[in-house]
Amino acid sequence: MPAATSRQPVPGTTIFDGEQARKGYALNKMCYSFNDAVNRRAFVADEDAYCARYGLNAQQREAIRNRNVLQLIDAGGNAYYLAKFAGIFGLDMQDIGAQQTGMTKDQFKAKLLAAGK
Amino acid sequence: MAKIVGTITTSHVPAIGGAIAKGLQNDPYWKPFFDGFPPVREWLARVKPDVVVLVYNDHGLNFFLDKMPTFAVGAAAEYRNADEGWGIPTLPPFRGDPELSWHLIEQLVAEEFDLVTCQEMVVDHAFTLPMALCWPDMKWPVRTVPVCVNTVQAPLPSAARCYKLGQALGRAISSWPGDERVVVMGTGGLSHQLDGERAGFINKEFDLRFMDSMVTDPAWATKYSTSEIVELSGTQGVELLNWVVARGTLPQKVHKELANYHIPISNTASGLMVLEPLG
Repeated sequence: MPAATSRQPVPGTTIFDGEQARKGYALNKMCYSFNDAVNRRAFVADEDAYCARYGLNAQQREAIRNRNVLQLIDAGGNAYYLAKFAGIFGLDMQDIGAQQTGMTKDQFKAKLLAAGK
Repeated sequence: MAKIVGTITTSHVPAIGGAIAKGLQNDPYWKPFFDGFPPVREWLARVKPDVVVLVYNDHGLNFFLDKMPTFAVGAAAEYRNADEGWGIPTLPPFRGDPELSWHLIEQLVAEEFDLVTCQEMVVDHAFTLPMALCWPDMKWPVRTVPVCVNTVQAPLPSAARCYKLGQALGRAISSWPGDERVVVMGTGGLSHQLDGERAGFINKEFDLRFMDSMVTDPAWATKYSTSEIVELSGTQGVELLNWVVARGTLPQKVHKELANYHIPISNTASGLMVLEPLG
């Protein structure tokens, strides 16, 4: 049986397909748990134990430790689930965008405004 | 027979919930967005819908990746909102219409749309915020039927398939023997990308062409594959599939009641349209 094909035709973009969904399952499952405030507090109280409970692999654990969105995507994270992780730290989508594009938040916001001109 | 009185298609950015909670409707950043909605409310007061069929995508509240339906239809008596992780206020519950839901499910499955049915379902910001924009007092005067489209995990349903789903949904609504007046909403988009080095991508030219096509050429978007739509409108811009479903419920000819477009709301190009059927 041939493996399912992964197509990533868009530069700077990881389409969340079956390959990513398989790779990121544990990470996304942990992030899904952050819908619940009790779980957000449990993560903050003991991050190592919480990540271990969800069986994150070393790459995922490192990406969580680094709060690094590009690393989290590379480890299989999906944007909608990662947003719940970012919410723990009060980060908004411009913080996330700035981090991924290597801009300051003000630069990133200016880029968004410029798209409307 | 039930009658579709029109469609409302709009963006559904979570930050809108924060802005509503903080009363920022007249803040200079938010005003161009919120100003789009008073005319929608005037239109709703005129057309007096009994039911809203709301086409949206879940963002990891009701569905996780353990079970990811391509299309799912709610069949509950009530739909509750819940915490999505970032602490925006939870909105009051929505009345369902299980009899109409099951009619739509029967008709859609008969037309070979093999849906997932949900007798319990929590609804996220993509459902709740467009409702709150239409009825700011949050005393919902309508019953609701959620229709959830997978825009999260590829393979996504194609735009062509979504348009056909909308057409079948339109036929299903119109064959309901009640005299309900139905508004179909489609929420999401327009162009935006939250993730990757291309985060912040917005494509005004594409969005405006797409909004124009909603009026003049409803099948226009169906010529694109979903990865082409990602390229043109961003990884989350692909949520415009929900607009395509809603548009499919209307006939070829429509009247554009109103439209609004503004960049940016959070990282998103926000679009809003109200269309009425002609003929």
